[in-house]
Formats: sequence, C-alpha cells, structure tokens
Amino acid sequence: MRDSLTDNTYDIKAEGLGKSFGPVEALRGIDLNVESGEFYTLFGPNGAGKTTFIKILSTLAKPSSGKLTIAGHDAVKDPDGVRGVTGVVSHDPFLYENLSAFENIKFFGTMYGVQDADGRAVELIDRVGLGKRMHDLVRNFSRGMKQRLAVARAIVHDPGILLLDEPYTGLDQHGARVFGEMLSMLKSDRRTILMTTHNIEEGLDRSDRVGILAGGRMVYESLREGLDREAFREIYISRVGDA
Amino acid sequence: MRKALAVLTFILMAASLYAAFVYAPTEPKMGHIQRIFYIHMGTVWVATVAFILVFASSVMYLWKGTRKWDILAYCSAEIGVVFLTITILTGSIWAKPVWGTWWTWEPQLTTTFILWILYIVYLVLRSSAGSDQKKAKFAAVFGIIAFLDLPLVYASVRVMRGISPVVFGPGGGGIAPQMMHALLINLAACSLLFVLLLLERTDLERMSDELAVLKTREG
Amino acid sequence: MSKVWAIIRKDIVTELRTKELFTSMLTFSLLVTVIFSFAFGFSTGLVRLAVPAMLWITFTFAGVLGLSRSFALEKEGNAVLGLLLTPTDRSLIYFGKVIGNTIFVFIVGMIIVPMFVLFFNLGFQGTLLPLVPVIFLGSLGFVAVGTLFSAMAVNTRLREVLLPILLFPIIIPLIVSAVKLSGLVLEGKPLSEGASALQLLIAFDIIFIAACAVVFEFVIEES
Repeated sequence: MRDSLTDNTYDIKAEGLGKSFGPVEALRGIDLNVESGEFYTLFGPNGAGKTTFIKILSTLAKPSSGKLTIAGHDAVKDPDGVRGVTGVVSHDPFLYENLSAFENIKFFGTMYGVQDADGRAVELIDRVGLGKRMHDLVRNFSRGMKQRLAVARAIVHDPGILLLDEPYTGLDQHGARVFGEMLSMLKSDRRTILMTTHNIEEGLDRSDRVGILAGGRMVYESLREGLDREAFREIYISRVGDA
Repeated sequence: MRKALAVLTFILMAASLYAAFVYAPTEPKMGHIQRIFYIHMGTVWVATVAFILVFASSVMYLWKGTRKWDILAYCSAEIGVVFLTITILTGSIWAKPVWGTWWTWEPQLTTTFILWILYIVYLVLRSSAGSDQKKAKFAAVFGIIAFLDLPLVYASVRVMRGISPVVFGPGGGGIAPQMMHALLINLAACSLLFVLLLLERTDLERMSDELAVLKTREG
Repeated sequence: MSKVWAIIRKDIVTELRTKELFTSMLTFSLLVTVIFSFAFGFSTGLVRLAVPAMLWITFTFAGVLGLSRSFALEKEGNAVLGLLLTPTDRSLIYFGKVIGNTIFVFIVGMIIVPMFVLFFNLGFQGTLLPLVPVIFLGSLGFVAVGTLFSAMAVNTRLREVLLPILLFPIIIPLIVSAVKLSGLVLEGKPLSEGASALQLLIAFDIIFIAACAVVFEFVIEES
C-alpha cells in the first residue's frame, strides 16, 4: 500500500547520541542502527529518555553529542531533509482541535509540500477509516479517532520512516486493537518503523528487533525472533531495575 | 591574579572617593552636591558597558549555544541593573537640591528609567522560564530585542516631548582639570569594580552548575 | 508562499469558527471604554485630551488578550509540534502567524475607533481616514513583537501573565508615536505634522519584523 516504491534506503544510524539539560543527562551515548524496512521497538519505563530520543530523531530537539544520520541526512546539519522522510505519531495527536479532519490533513499536506493536498487528505482519511467523519471537528473526536487521524497526518508526505512515541497511551481496548491493525498495515508498506513503549504486550507483537532503554542508556538489544515473551519480561524487569 | 585585581580595585575606589570629595574643587553654582556626579557617571558608564555585554553575549549564545555565553549575559545583566539603580538613586539625590525635585520626566531620565525596567524584566523572564536551556534561549532573545529597542525608546521620548535632538557641542564647556581627573579616576574605579564583580559572579554561577552535576550524580 | 498562506488560512478558519479572539478582544475593549467613561465622570472636555492615549491603551491591552490566546491554540494537543515536524522554514511560520494576528488586531482597532467616537461624543474636525494607516502600522509593530513574545510566554511558568510584562516596555516607542499621530488626526491636522513620529513608527515595524523573524526559531524550537 506504500504509494511510491523507491530504491532509497530508509535507515536510522545513531552513534554515541547524548542529550543533557544543564547538569541532567537524559541520554548517554546511544548507539542504534535500524535497517530499512525494519520494525524496531524500544522498551523503557517512564523517564528512561524515550521521548527525548524520539524528539532528537524527529529533529524537534538537537543532540548534545554524537552523530545521527537518517536516510542519509545528517539530523543536525540537514533537519529539513530528515523531516521530509519521517513521520511522527506521539501520545499527543499534534492536530488542530478547531479544524476538521480534512482541514487538518490538507493543512499538514501543504506544509509538507504535497502536490494535490486535497486529494491526498481525502484518500488518507478514508484509509484510516474516518471517511464518514471527514468534515467533523477534531475537537469532537474520541482519543482513538484522533490517534488514527494522527497517523494520517504522519504519512501525508509518504515518509519512508515512522517514529512512534508511546502511541498506545490513552487508547481503550477497542482503540488499541484498531491502532494495532493500522500498524500492521504500515509495516506491510515496508516503511521503517521505530516505536517506543513501556508496554511489553503491545510492543512485542509486530517487532523485528527490540531494545531496552533505561536511565538514558541502551541496556539490551535482541532480534525478536526466538525471543520468548516471558523470558523477555524477566530481562526487562531485571535490566530496568539495575539502571 | 584575582587578589591583585581586588587590591587594585580597593585602592582605586579609595582614591576615587578622595578625588571626588577632597581633590576636585567645589562647583561654584551647584555646590557640594555636584560631587555625587562622579560616582553617578561611573555607574552609568558601567551599566552601559554591562548592557552592551548582555547583547553581545546573547547573540553569541544563540549562535554557539554554549553555557559560558549565557552565564556572561546573565551576570552582566544582574550587575548592570545594580549599577543602574545606583545611577538613578544618585541622580535623584542630585536633582532634589538642584532642580528642586526628586524626579522629572526629562528625556534622559525617562530613557534611563525604561532601560532599567527592560533589564528587570529580563531578570523576571529568567526566573520564570523552566529548564535551563529554555531559560537561556528566551533570555538571550529578550536581551537582543531589548537592546534593539533602546535607540527607539530614546527617539520616542524626544517625539513625546517635542524636543529636537541635542547636538553635543565640541569642548563641552569649561570644567576644571581637577574635575576631569576626578571623573576619570571614578570611571576607572567603577570599571575595575565591574570586572571584579563579573569575574566573581560568573565563577559563582559555574560553581553552582558543578554543584548541580554532583548532586544529580549522588541522588 | 503557499505555506504562509496555509497558516493564515488555518488561523482565519479557526477564528471564524470559534470567534474566541474577537469576542475576548471586543468585550474587553467595550468594558474598558465604559470604565473610562465612568472614571472621567462623563466630562467630554477632560476626555478629549486623553482620547488618543486611551485609544491605544485599550487597543494594546485588548491585543495582548488576542495574542496570548492565539498561541495557546497552537499548544492545544501540541499542534505546534506537528507544524515544526514539517520541513518549513521557521521564519515562514513566524510570518504566517504575524500576518494572521495583524489582520485580527487591525480589525479590532477599526472597531474600537468608532466605538470611541460614539461613547465619548467626539465631534472631530475633518476626516478620521488618516487613522487607518496609523492603526495598521501600530498593529503590525505590536503583533511583530507580540507574536515572538507570546510564543515565549506560553512556554514559561507564568504563561499568559508574562506576555504584557515582556511586551509593554518594548512597545513604548510604538505607543508614543501612535498616540502622537492619533492626536494629530483627531485635531484635524495632517499626518505630515508628525513626521518624526511616523518615521519612528515605521522604523519600529521594520526593525522588529526583521529581528523577530530571525530569532523566532530559537523561541519556537525546543532546543
């Protein structure tokens, strides 16, 4: 379902990435490689630095040290290059409450420089299953609907990389299931996906590779294949406890 | 080195007091009250330098993003406000017997007063912005905008009063050479005091940074 | 350019829908006008001299209400972060917000003037038309600095309270020249009599639009 198949590689390369706020070190020397088309899930408790990490990856914050290359673009020197190939879904929807679903997606499409932002908006809102609510204000949407619309916003420019920061936060069971199906769809588009979560159930399902972030450090990394759910839970609890 | 500077500052401060109160002749029209002018000029000079420094280091901070420029901007703003407060107070004390009033909305006074308010707001902003980086960035932005505002403020006070710009004539009238000496000594003493205070204050700020680092490591 | 227009359009659509900015700014202006009338004990003679000053006090305070609301709306649902994620030059975002806010504030200014004429029984000489460029230039400079500071204020502990504290000392030159020019118009004199005030007003606008567009990215971006 990915619209334009290109030969580009959409990979994420972080080397020794650090972030400090004055004396506080939020991230210390993170090395991470996510390959093109891979679904990588980063686990970690609240305050581990997950949101800071995603903010740096999405160019909303600058790293204090280290090097970050996303799809070949240096995140510090060429942030616009990175912005053009990444989409972000966070726990906040990043949408305008007083605009309709259509107006929101059209607006963000224009800001991404999408040709025919109108058509693209209609198409995407249909795809995330909100076609009937196209012209309703986002203000009146449920949490789950907002989150689906946020996905439409994040892929309006057809990015090769998706960054998801605790996207399940605040979703009820039904909402979480619908959102999970949407993730499967996004994965089948062969986009590179990096998701953060503190929830082991939601995180393990679709991943190719997993990592654990605790106390601002990467403390564990493994392929998903052959990783037992209960065993991983043990690892998670012990690693997070140590950090 | 620092100690030598402190001693030198002390000596010059003492000399400047002597120069202002004993060495310089009494001004015939205003009398003894004119002597407050030496310290008045010294402090306003330091405040001016301090605020130029705030502007310059704010620009540097936004450009380079290093903490040392933020510390420099913050500390000069603080010291500048203290010196400008002294300027305004000494000016008032002088104005009471000479002009017969503590305060008047004369262009120079008004500009000085707005200048004073601008840098107090700068300090208020610092104390209200959350994280260190945000605080530093916002303060730098305000430091730049406030500085750009100063010539406009000065022009506006003239517009308000309908006064045409003053042209400073050459020579500046006849003042006794001893008065000039006293003024120069005061300027030098105040400048040294400023340098000393700035060094001490920036050190203090750096130390509190280090302390914060140590605290987070312990906690 | 289409991006700037998109931001302006978004703000106008939002405002037409919620009418939040206009209701708050206009209600405030109306209240202040009424309070001024009471405070001056309805004596027109006294009011006449003070009208230009009152006009700009009302106008700028109402404008502060609008500006702080304008950025609070961007913070709702963190929509502004969505905007920052797009590959858009930050100064374009600034210009979009400034143009939108200037339109709102200018319209409010154009409503306040007839309101003053009505409430204070201003029998004016000649035409009030020269007030239009004065209010426009005043709105522009006010919004140029105000947009920068409101983006800053919503990100601090004091929030909206901080905006007037930051803004008013900076816009003193603007208020002084605008009051002077408005006074001339109300007395039926041509604007050319206040050439230096007009120059000052234009200088203020140019200096701060340029400076604020440059530093805006430091205010809006996280770090």
